[in-house]
Amino acid sequence: MGTIIRHRKIVSNSWRRLKPAADGSAPPVPGSGDIIVPLALWLAQRDKLLLRPGRLGVWLGGDDEPALIAEDLKNFGVVAVSFTRFTDGRGYSLGRLLRERYGWRGELRAIGDVLRDQLFYLAGCGFDTFELRADQDPQAALSAFGDFSEAYQSSAERPLPLFRRRFLASPDGMEWS
Amino acid sequence: MYVYDEIDQRLVDERVAQYRDQTRRFLAGKISEDDFRPLRLQNGLYIQRHAPMLRVAIPYGLLSSRQVRALADIARTWDRGYGHFSTRQNIQFNWPRLEDVPEILAKLATVQMHAIQTSGNCIRNTTTDHFAGIAPDEIVDPLVWCEIIRQWSAFHPEFAYLPRKFKIAVSGSEQDRAAVQVHDIGLQARQDAAGHVGFRVLAGGGLGRTPIIGVAVREFLPWQHLLTYLDAILRVYNRHGRRDNKYKARIKILVKELTPEAFRRQVEEEWAHLKDGPATLFTEEVRRIERRFTRPRYLKLGALAPGYAMALASDKAFANWVRRNVHAHRIAGYAAVTLSLKKTGVPPGDATAEQMDAVADLADRYSFGELRVSHEQNLILADVRQGDLHALWQDAKALGLATPNIGLITNIIACPGGDFCSLANAKSIPVAEAIQRRFDDLDYQHDIGELDLNISGCMNSCGHHHIGHIGILGVDKQGAEFYQISIGGAQGNGASLGKVIGPSVSQAEVPDVIEKLIETYLARRDSEEERFIDVVRRIGIGPFKEHVYGNYHQTQKNSQQQLAAA
Repeated sequence: MGTIIRHRKIVSNSWRRLKPAADGSAPPVPGSGDIIVPLALWLAQRDKLLLRPGRLGVWLGGDDEPALIAEDLKNFGVVAVSFTRFTDGRGYSLGRLLRERYGWRGELRAIGDVLRDQLFYLAGCGFDTFELRADQDPQAALSAFGDFSEAYQSSAERPLPLFRRRFLASPDGMEWS
Repeated sequence: MYVYDEIDQRLVDERVAQYRDQTRRFLAGKISEDDFRPLRLQNGLYIQRHAPMLRVAIPYGLLSSRQVRALADIARTWDRGYGHFSTRQNIQFNWPRLEDVPEILAKLATVQMHAIQTSGNCIRNTTTDHFAGIAPDEIVDPLVWCEIIRQWSAFHPEFAYLPRKFKIAVSGSEQDRAAVQVHDIGLQARQDAAGHVGFRVLAGGGLGRTPIIGVAVREFLPWQHLLTYLDAILRVYNRHGRRDNKYKARIKILVKELTPEAFRRQVEEEWAHLKDGPATLFTEEVRRIERRFTRPRYLKLGALAPGYAMALASDKAFANWVRRNVHAHRIAGYAAVTLSLKKTGVPPGDATAEQMDAVADLADRYSFGELRVSHEQNLILADVRQGDLHALWQDAKALGLATPNIGLITNIIACPGGDFCSLANAKSIPVAEAIQRRFDDLDYQHDIGELDLNISGCMNSCGHHHIGHIGILGVDKQGAEFYQISIGGAQGNGASLGKVIGPSVSQAEVPDVIEKLIETYLARRDSEEERFIDVVRRIGIGPFKEHVYGNYHQTQKNSQQQLAAA
């Protein structure tokens, strides 16, 4: 199972991720243990999965529509977003939608081609848990969260953009910094 | 100039430290070539034909003399003594070493400059009109809005890995001088019937392989909603833009494939969720940004400086230069001046370190220590007293920067082309030079009148050939460099895309073809008032084509016959 970064700490991963078989068919569902299933499997076997012992998570690919699970979020212990390649930035938007539009407050996990040098932006989009690509050094990656000490835009940690926080700190328009 | 505050500076410094560490890890073999590429690109570093190329942002084209001197220092220390001003208000250095780039970025940060997001599939440097803030017809000062967009786009966590590059341009007036119609997003300031200020929002314009004029997504967006609306457009694009084919990944393809109506609907639906959210702007923030700009302290001057009229009347060369290179200013007694980087024999947009230092001195002496970079690859002193124009002209002449060719055929826009760029099919610089030599006679140039001639070395269209009155595109024809000529393109409010006149021609033939186009124009124009582009629009490309290829085919036939007879 390996280790993951959760809330900026290295912890062991207790979740098993199910992937569709090479021919695209649904993977077999193990009888026990915590699993993260692909969206298609959730949509197809929802009732069966809910009856199963063990916790349940779901993962979305870049072209999946998060609105499809908006009403189901209470059933999940983890929502994960898969990056097939780190340069495919769709997952950043999915992260923000899950957090800001659909109100997901639980674990939001980045999986797949997840590298140290993208962690800061991923965290800004609401991801709090990271399954790094196998060749990445999790210990060394932790420093990436400190790449920048501020951000102009709103982010998961700082829901108000810099200009709004600045104004609240000094509404008379005087310089705040 | 916009003056950084403590946080602006800290973020730029932190970016330098981040990239320094990334470069170190790359050189130590801890980051692969593939994983490093997007990181270096988003710090402006390309790998080019000869060496890496570093593209430095000149946000909205504004530079202080201190910054220009720093650029000159960089050219001297890490490059071969010159830089190239591009068509997107950037400066490019063609010879830095990859391992020196963190040091160059650190040097830039000391003068509040950076290379953040000047390349890669992210939101690029936002550009505007080079007369921003001084043009008489402005509704808003686009510099302020560009800086607001710069802050919003810099390190935007959601939009760093878009399907493709993304370019935004802002025009502060109804008259478009920022090419807003050929950008991924174009923003044009306007006022509604009640006098409220906002923007017309265009999206999906662009040049490149599939040139297209942007569609209006919204006719009027109140300014408060600018950032949430940009977020909405970018999110729709980030999620649904094509990622399977690099050539179909720009937003213009998404707009086209969805249809403008469906695209607009998706943006509006997305925006409905974001509207009035935390990124909604308010007056105090706009005023805060405004106040961080230093402004020239203009003197109260008469409308006409003493001696100026006399100099105009008595010195024809000066008058010529004023006619072409001096522009109106909203403050009485002041003018804007274009220093031409299009002297014949010099690659368009290139400036040496010595010229940069000298231009910085001119800016200090004549224009409140500031200058601008235009998308036509020239430098502009925006706030010159009319009474100083003659002295400035003499100084500029001595530096080779007073060629009176702004708006004329030799003011060629050209990308670096095959001499430098690994994407290019063909060279641009020697073609530009051959045309400049052919039309070097100033009286002839002035007789031809207003004409934009733009050259791109390949379909990526960095030289904006589609919107040149005459456009030249380098193409690869079975391994040989050929040039496709188009006419009828135009920038600005009446923007249009040029039409190809016929089969491509060899490099040696280009000046002849251009000459033929000019001959046709001169023969068919109604009067001197009718510009080249007007004639093309009136009579179509037919007569031009006929004059070029009629003779061309005849010549080819003749030479073939001569060969056959020999």
